[in-house]
Amino acid sequence: MSDPLVDIKNLKIEATVIPPDGKPFDLTIVHDVSLTLAPGQVMGLIGESGAGKSTVGLSAMCYGRGGLRLSGQVFVNGRDILKSKDADLRKLRGKEVTYVSQSAAASFNPAIKLMDQVVEATVLHGISSRSDAEQRAIGLFRSLGLPDPENIGNRFPHQVSGGQLQRVMTAMALCPKPDLIVFDEPTTALDVTTQIDVLAAIKNAIHETGVAALYITHDLAVVAQVSDEILVLRHGKMIEHGSVKQIIEAPKEDYTKALVSVHIIKHEEKVPSEHPVLKVDNITASYGGSVEVLSDVSVEIHPGQTLAVVGESGSGKSTLARVITGLLPPSKGNITFNDAELPKSLPERSIDELRELQMIYQMADVAMNPRQTVGTIIGRPLTLYFNIRGEKKRKRIVELLDQIEMGETYIDRYPAELSGGQKQRVCIARCLAAKPKLIICDEVTSALDPLVADGILKLLLDLQKVEDVAYLFITHDLATVKAIADSIAVMYQGRVARYGPKSQVLAPPFDDYTDLLLSSVPELKLGWLESVIAHRKMESAGN
Amino acid sequence: MNFQRIPISALIGLILTGVFVFMAIFAPWITPYGAAEIVGDVWEPASARFWIGTDNLGRDLLSRMIQGARITIFIAAAATMMSFTMGALLGFSAAVIGGWTDQTMSRGVDLLMSIPTLIFALVVLSVLPSTLLTLILVMAVLDSTRVYRLSRAVAVDINVMDYVEAARLRGERIQWIIFREILPNALTPLVAEFGLRFIFMVLFLSSLSFLGLGVQPPDADWGGIVKENKDGIIFGIPAALIPAAAISALAISVNLVADWILNRTSDLKGGRG
Repeated sequence: MSDPLVDIKNLKIEATVIPPDGKPFDLTIVHDVSLTLAPGQVMGLIGESGAGKSTVGLSAMCYGRGGLRLSGQVFVNGRDILKSKDADLRKLRGKEVTYVSQSAAASFNPAIKLMDQVVEATVLHGISSRSDAEQRAIGLFRSLGLPDPENIGNRFPHQVSGGQLQRVMTAMALCPKPDLIVFDEPTTALDVTTQIDVLAAIKNAIHETGVAALYITHDLAVVAQVSDEILVLRHGKMIEHGSVKQIIEAPKEDYTKALVSVHIIKHEEKVPSEHPVLKVDNITASYGGSVEVLSDVSVEIHPGQTLAVVGESGSGKSTLARVITGLLPPSKGNITFNDAELPKSLPERSIDELRELQMIYQMADVAMNPRQTVGTIIGRPLTLYFNIRGEKKRKRIVELLDQIEMGETYIDRYPAELSGGQKQRVCIARCLAAKPKLIICDEVTSALDPLVADGILKLLLDLQKVEDVAYLFITHDLATVKAIADSIAVMYQGRVARYGPKSQVLAPPFDDYTDLLLSSVPELKLGWLESVIAHRKMESAGN
Repeated sequence: MNFQRIPISALIGLILTGVFVFMAIFAPWITPYGAAEIVGDVWEPASARFWIGTDNLGRDLLSRMIQGARITIFIAAAATMMSFTMGALLGFSAAVIGGWTDQTMSRGVDLLMSIPTLIFALVVLSVLPSTLLTLILVMAVLDSTRVYRLSRAVAVDINVMDYVEAARLRGERIQWIIFREILPNALTPLVAEFGLRFIFMVLFLSSLSFLGLGVQPPDADWGGIVKENKDGIIFGIPAALIPAAAISALAISVNLVADWILNRTSDLKGGRG
């Protein structure tokens, strides 16, 4: 084996925390991580949020965000870069090691044309002349599968789609012919259908140029497609390290086993009843302008059952939720709730109609007032709808806290003192307090780590059995849909492309869009990416 | 709160502000002479009897300064509070209700702001009877336009948060949304702004009194004392400079405190507490 390109030894990363009141203390974010990477090798760093995976990845460039202190040794091409001077680091960054960030849309300067940004580092480091660099960039655009590679560089960042921007950024990282690229969740912000193209392009580019890569992600299925080895991190510690095959097929540690086996929830499909609790009839809606965001949408939800609405971003699934809640009155069509027609706009609805139709949001952080305690948040619907006060209210709040498996100790805490999963549980309790007939769940698990998300889904299913509440479940994640839905509506460009009971929707023959959507869900097996790319029928809308 | 972590500038500001507030509260007990009492010669220099001399009529300047602190701080504080209550309430309502209400109110405020404040105040005060209440009211109404702008801007941002939408979907009334959802989250920028607006009020009141439309004699705020003694400057008598210095000292010390609060609340390291 040749000399390692990157050799990280006993890396420790610390930060000083200054709490609002009390003494500052030191917090260790990464404990004793070591890894080696040979030239041309791809290593996947995987873990949930807060595992320290991005921090480890950035240490390969000797970069610590916001006051982090790095100690240990990081060798890149034989030099210990933690001991390098700033001037030497500047030569290293953008030349030997480059970086691809999660959100390309936020990382490009919106006022400068793409080509100027792509070749900047190459020209700045004096690797090649500007015209040579542009030639190379165009070649990279072509091999990354970007449309019109000769001219795309003359566009501004807002003139290309998110998936294309992510590929331009990969071209930017490849342009100076680096030895190592750090990919920090490059496909997480993309739709599944777009993700697959970007993934294929990245994999292809790594293969052609022979560059080594650190690939940071929380999605095991994604990392399995591109990397040779996987390093599992948790709470800043190394849990397991091995080849992709070994990690997937024979994980040793319990945590890795749990990661590999998520989405094992089984849910029996229920038979639709006679009377749907909510009936949406031929809804058409738009945001002021002439462009129809929803056209002619009809779905039904039955008591105690779950309708999943799936589609990529821009397909109108969140707009459907806004129409049902009354935030956006539709221009055509009716909504029937509990066998009575629901007034179109929010102020016209009665307090009971509002009570029976609750909503859970994607970002639990901003769905709760940061200045109210958990008790106030959960207790408010009790007072508002049922006029329960005092000791009785407290008792009911504790009952609800028990139902979401949290307990009385949390009653006086503020949302900032809860973890992501706990926040979402409190939001669920707030909905349950109203004793609703229907809860709209808008991407409730997509901001959570896979294991935590699984816990939330299990809780929702358990509560459905007890409370007999119906869910309208909006998501882009088909694995979630398979786990909990009774019926499914696939949305595409504001229309319902496919609708029916789960068994029917997920059984062939498929229409082209459903096929694309289903086949794009990353699967945890080797060679999945190649097999999918080989038999696709249509391009995703993001291209 | 940890006192060692208060920066030195804020400490100076706190101490000076404290001294001024103390003077204002205990004015009747700590003045050596009556504020309107003629006790000596015109413009006597500082001596053991009159610590900072006498004014243009032979009244003790120190007593007038202390009494002036009381009047200045009381009027400025009352006007600031009134302007904040009014401005914040209207600004929040405009942001929450939106639509035509917002447009009407915001354009009305624009109209009011397009006229220079001092000139507007001069015109209004010369027409209305000059009592303390009208003075405070005029100052508060004119200043509330600025507070309105700020609170509307803050509330518009908060209004689009999911928790406000959740409250709306829950069927909450507008009072709940304003006082329970928006106000607690908008409080920190408003508190910092309060200090700054208070200083502007002091300056505004001083300008009005200097021009003869503020506090009426024999009472005098600091601006009024400057006006009374301004002719002395020609003869080399520093009596007019003392109230002027007091105005700037108060402005600077309150500013230092306000700056510190602003820093604390916008601190990324969790200064919100």
